[in-house]
Amino acid sequence: MNFSTIFAIVVLMIGLGYLLGRGRSVQLAGQIGGVRHLNSLPFYYGALIALWCAIPSLLIFMGWIVFDDIIIRSMVVAELPAQYQQMSAAEQSLLVNSLENIAAGVHFGEPEPALQEAANRLLSLQTASRWSLAGVVISTALAALVIGWTRMSPQYKARVHVETVFKGLLLTSSLIAIFTTVGIVLSVLFEALRFFRAVPFTEFVFGLEWSPQTAIRADQVGSSGAFGAVPLFVGTLVISAIAMLVAVPTGLMSAIYLSEYASRRVRAWVKPALEVLAGIPTVVYGFFAALTVAPFVRNLGEAMGLDVSSESALAAGVVMGVMIIPFVSSLSDDVISAVPQSMRDGSLALGATRSETVKQVIVPAALPGIVGGVLLAVSRAIGETMIVVMAAGLAANLTANPLETVTTVTVQIVTLLVGDQEFNSPKTLAAFALGLMLFVITLCLNFLALHVVKKYREQYE
Amino acid sequence: MSMNEQYASAVGGANELKEGRSMEAYTDLAGTDHAEVSKDRTREKTVGKPLLESAKMSTRNVKVFYDDKQVLFDVNLDIGANEVIAMIGPSGCGKSTFLRCLNRMNDTIDSCRVEGDLTLDGQNIYDPKLDVVPLRARVGMVFQKPNPFPKSIYDNVAYGPRIHGLVDHRAELDEVVETSLKRAGLWEEVKDRLHQPGTGLSGGQQQRLCIARTIAVSPEVILMDEPCSALDPIATARIEELIAELSENFTIAIVTHSMQQAARVSSRTAYFHLGKLIEVNDTEVVFTNPQHKLTEAYITGRFG
Ligand SMILES: Nc1ncnc2c1ncn2[C@@H]1O[C@H](COP(=O)(O)OP(=O)(O)O)[C@@H](O)[C@H]1O
Ligand SMILES: [Mg+2]
Repeated sequence: MNFSTIFAIVVLMIGLGYLLGRGRSVQLAGQIGGVRHLNSLPFYYGALIALWCAIPSLLIFMGWIVFDDIIIRSMVVAELPAQYQQMSAAEQSLLVNSLENIAAGVHFGEPEPALQEAANRLLSLQTASRWSLAGVVISTALAALVIGWTRMSPQYKARVHVETVFKGLLLTSSLIAIFTTVGIVLSVLFEALRFFRAVPFTEFVFGLEWSPQTAIRADQVGSSGAFGAVPLFVGTLVISAIAMLVAVPTGLMSAIYLSEYASRRVRAWVKPALEVLAGIPTVVYGFFAALTVAPFVRNLGEAMGLDVSSESALAAGVVMGVMIIPFVSSLSDDVISAVPQSMRDGSLALGATRSETVKQVIVPAALPGIVGGVLLAVSRAIGETMIVVMAAGLAANLTANPLETVTTVTVQIVTLLVGDQEFNSPKTLAAFALGLMLFVITLCLNFLALHVVKKYREQYE
Repeated sequence: MSMNEQYASAVGGANELKEGRSMEAYTDLAGTDHAEVSKDRTREKTVGKPLLESAKMSTRNVKVFYDDKQVLFDVNLDIGANEVIAMIGPSGCGKSTFLRCLNRMNDTIDSCRVEGDLTLDGQNIYDPKLDVVPLRARVGMVFQKPNPFPKSIYDNVAYGPRIHGLVDHRAELDEVVETSLKRAGLWEEVKDRLHQPGTGLSGGQQQRLCIARTIAVSPEVILMDEPCSALDPIATARIEELIAELSENFTIAIVTHSMQQAARVSSRTAYFHLGKLIEVNDTEVVFTNPQHKLTEAYITGRFG
């Protein structure tokens, strides 16, 4: 009996529990003169019994699946001859894998008798575990059915209990989201801490030079590696600033046009077109930046007698800005459209023109939403990877000149992790430190966004 | 039951019309088939005294359409200088639409089309060459729901003077704000918190703020569309007092659902019904001795 069969049986029993509970409540209601004499609708009795079936048995099921492997492995390893006991954890895990292969009959030549024996043991333990899982889970579900059946009465407050369970379910869902975030942060944090053991935190945060090529062999020369992240953050800042310079005015003005000026027909065309822009994969923007915009910027610069590198921050930033336009415009459009018509009427009735109304009433009223949208767009720009990987270049220049090549945090994370690296080298671990910094910055931005929005709310409400 | 029968029963089955108007005209006015009615418009005429010898604003043969649906039929009405004229009638009869014609606020509704002659001091306000900005500065409007801008009290009142460039320096603006708030009867309540948001005031105060905002640009006519319908009785009484004070300096056209209010604040009253102007008379006449059956039915509360 394998896991999916057991699961299917449990699900069937849950369904059965629902039908039984419902049927039983209708039957009980029949004895006392109809469903309206029950405390709750039959649905709630059914749902309650189904939940009683589901919750304990599924919890056991999941717990079993998680721990069953670990326990069986340690039991098998404990029985192995002494020579295997001394192995490191990694080697032992390899060994267990090969035991599994032996048990499945996949092996070359005749395995050692000790291993063969262990493999048999593994197999029998696994089978036993599944059968006992089936026994435990099914009897739990059955017990829930019986208890539910006997406790059911017309006065039983099924509705209240179902509500409680439902609330718990909602809470669990939100907790899952929170715990996932915490988990991600912790895993990044621990790797980053390992990195900071090799490279001091201050050197990382304040260092002005970034060249993560460390020596692979001791006899290599001139590659001690420098992990100063400042050039990367400056590069990110430059590109994001260019992107925002492009996206915020364009996005905001197109939102104003769409919501305040455009006729219904124009709006019906332009809005979907803008959304197409949002649907273009960032890789495609990357091509566009690298193959079209970058050479164009370079030629333009040369025509003006400027020295432009072929992978300029300007090209990447402009394309990234274009990518973010629909983001800014659709968020602003929403908040502008949400400004009540009475505000416009009030302003127009005083003799204000449309543009005066927009400038002095609509935009200020929509400002919290617009600021929130812009800060979200900044987070996006900072985290954007593909366009900059393709168009911004890899050289970590510490410069604020948009015509030079710069590199960003995300680009460096990608290059650090791509390729054959030993996982423990500072070079690889640096990616986690960068990721952590990026996360902290985005978090601060979001925090700021919320704060700004709240402040304006207070002012306007 | 047809509409005609409904009205017939609404007016208590009376078949005789006052002032010797024919039955035909009566059913005509209450008729449902507007197309037919407008073909035959010679037969319908507003009862009472819709026209004046000298008018601040006058409207002739005003027809309004939303897309193809006609909602006002040949409205002829004069509004005299410094009078308060009340417009009453059942919901949906076109009072707001008519009021919004007077400062061209209907321009903001794409589907709305206005025909007829409307003049302010003899000048055609629907002249294509006319700029609506000064028109709306001369004909201000107060809305049903108080709609202060999300700005400070001061900036709300200063909004109009600023956009029209009425003042040259801050001290002058301060003065305009102060006098407007005083005339709107709000100064004492807000003088210590001029720089707090206008949206933080109570409903009645907000409505007086909107009135202050409107008078800050020194309009000649103030249109009010049910200005008290969102307010409690005390705030309503306060606004009614204010209307009486303002009538010394401004011409006021007020739409109201409350007949007591119309009786208290206005000197003339116009009764609208299904897009037609039925009767215009001195307020006293309308409420004591209405000349049209429909007016009588409405003011005695038999429908509406
Ligand atoms: N924006 C609009 N679009 C279409 N029809 C409208 C619009 N505004 C009002 N109407 C219609 O015009 C008629 C008169 O409305 P309105 O002037 O608001 O009446 P009142 O203010 O007397 O209650 C109603 O039948 C209403 O449905
Ligand atoms: Mg109305």
